[in-house]
Amino acid sequence: MREIQYQDVVTAIKNVIIHCGTILPDDAYKAIKDAHDNEKSPVAKEVLAQLLINADIAKDEKRPLCQDTGLAVFFVNVGADCRIIGGLLRDAINEGTEQGYKDAYLRASTCEPFSRANLKDTVGYNLPAIIHFDIVAGDKIEVEYAAKGGGSENVSRATVFPPAAGKAGIIEYVKQVISDAGGNPCPPLTVGVGIGGTFEKAGISSKHALFRTIGSVNKDPEMAEMEAEIKVELNKLGIGTMGMGGIETVLAVHIESNPCHIASLPVSVNVQCHSSRHAHITI
Amino acid sequence: MSKTYNLTTPLTKEDTQKLKAGDIVLLNGTIYTARDAAHKKLVDLIEAGEELPFDLIGSIIYFVGPTPPKPGEPIGSAGPTTSYRMDSYSPTMLKNGSLGMIGKGKRNQAVKDACKEYSGIYFGATGGAGALLGKKITSAEVIAYPELGPEAVRKLTVKDFPVTVINDTFGNDLYQIGRAKYEVKD
Ligand code: SF4
Repeated sequence: MREIQYQDVVTAIKNVIIHCGTILPDDAYKAIKDAHDNEKSPVAKEVLAQLLINADIAKDEKRPLCQDTGLAVFFVNVGADCRIIGGLLRDAINEGTEQGYKDAYLRASTCEPFSRANLKDTVGYNLPAIIHFDIVAGDKIEVEYAAKGGGSENVSRATVFPPAAGKAGIIEYVKQVISDAGGNPCPPLTVGVGIGGTFEKAGISSKHALFRTIGSVNKDPEMAEMEAEIKVELNKLGIGTMGMGGIETVLAVHIESNPCHIASLPVSVNVQCHSSRHAHITI
Repeated sequence: MSKTYNLTTPLTKEDTQKLKAGDIVLLNGTIYTARDAAHKKLVDLIEAGEELPFDLIGSIIYFVGPTPPKPGEPIGSAGPTTSYRMDSYSPTMLKNGSLGMIGKGKRNQAVKDACKEYSGIYFGATGGAGALLGKKITSAEVIAYPELGPEAVRKLTVKDFPVTVINDTFGNDLYQIGRAKYEVKD
């Protein structure tokens, strides 16, 4: 049984939060650069250039990429052969989150749902983090992290289709969601599509799909083909960067598909903005 | 073809009436921040006939909730928030003399109509370019509702703050025009 110190988890989480708040990951930077080079609309091209400059400034001057520094979302795969010494893993992740958001001057954006009171003085600075745990083989902790902004979360949607809707129904649904969203979620976007499972499984899958490296190819050839097809369809919408019109609306479509009940076909569409701040670390 | 303008606040109707959807504008001078919670308070004051914390005539309202400033800096990252949440308040602001709004994302018909009627402009700033836009802000001061935290009303001084005209005084909407131009119909 490997023993991991509580404090080491706190430090690792804090570092990943600070890194992601200010440094756009290589995959997102490259995807925006490619979109910039390819874009036909002069206004959209200009704005894509601003996004690259923004990423450079944020990195060089350690400023937050975006003022919406998001809610902290984690997928944590805990090796069955390790344990935390000195506290609970969930507490360590929350503590690291709080320290990272504070130390890097990131915005505390969590609030009580109805009074809208900011929770930083009661629950903690941008707490609680959203954490999805799983238990896996091995003696390490794999942490996937993303800072999830509100603008793109607000346009995300889910439904449960009858099985007959099939692939065509899902593609039509994704198109509708992105069409309705227009420029609000800060395109160019990554679109996570969770298919199958139960209602909540589809939702979590669509979120997890956003953590994949932008531009990577789905391991399932059938899903890879469907991703490519949806991407083409979405870029036909003409929404463009920040909704100003253009041919580059979507950087990537990522699908996670699961077996589901014989009676249903759940689908969830989780949208990520161009500020796709995500990372993967191993503790 | 889109044009590029330099404008200094407070705006005048001559300024706003020459702008067309798609034009790029570099703003200089003073702008004021307000999000949903602050808008509600401002509109309540207007309706009660009470004095506002700043002069609305020719003003530009920026929909933003910045990150906290680092020591020695006026403001943190400061990109626009999604504007539709202000749709129910903006017509009242325009009717009472404000001439500009800065945000991101589409507005409802009532806001577009108010832009036409009162010569207001809805500018889009680049969402997610918070670091870049924060650098164009040279001073920031909370002038009302400090209890709202990031949502407090701030007076900002901006230098060459880059925005794009989305809704002009003629009823044009860049989101519709731009999208129609690049939409591919099967
Ligand atoms: S949608 Fe993304 S880029 Fe746009 S304001 Fe929100 S976090 Fe920033």
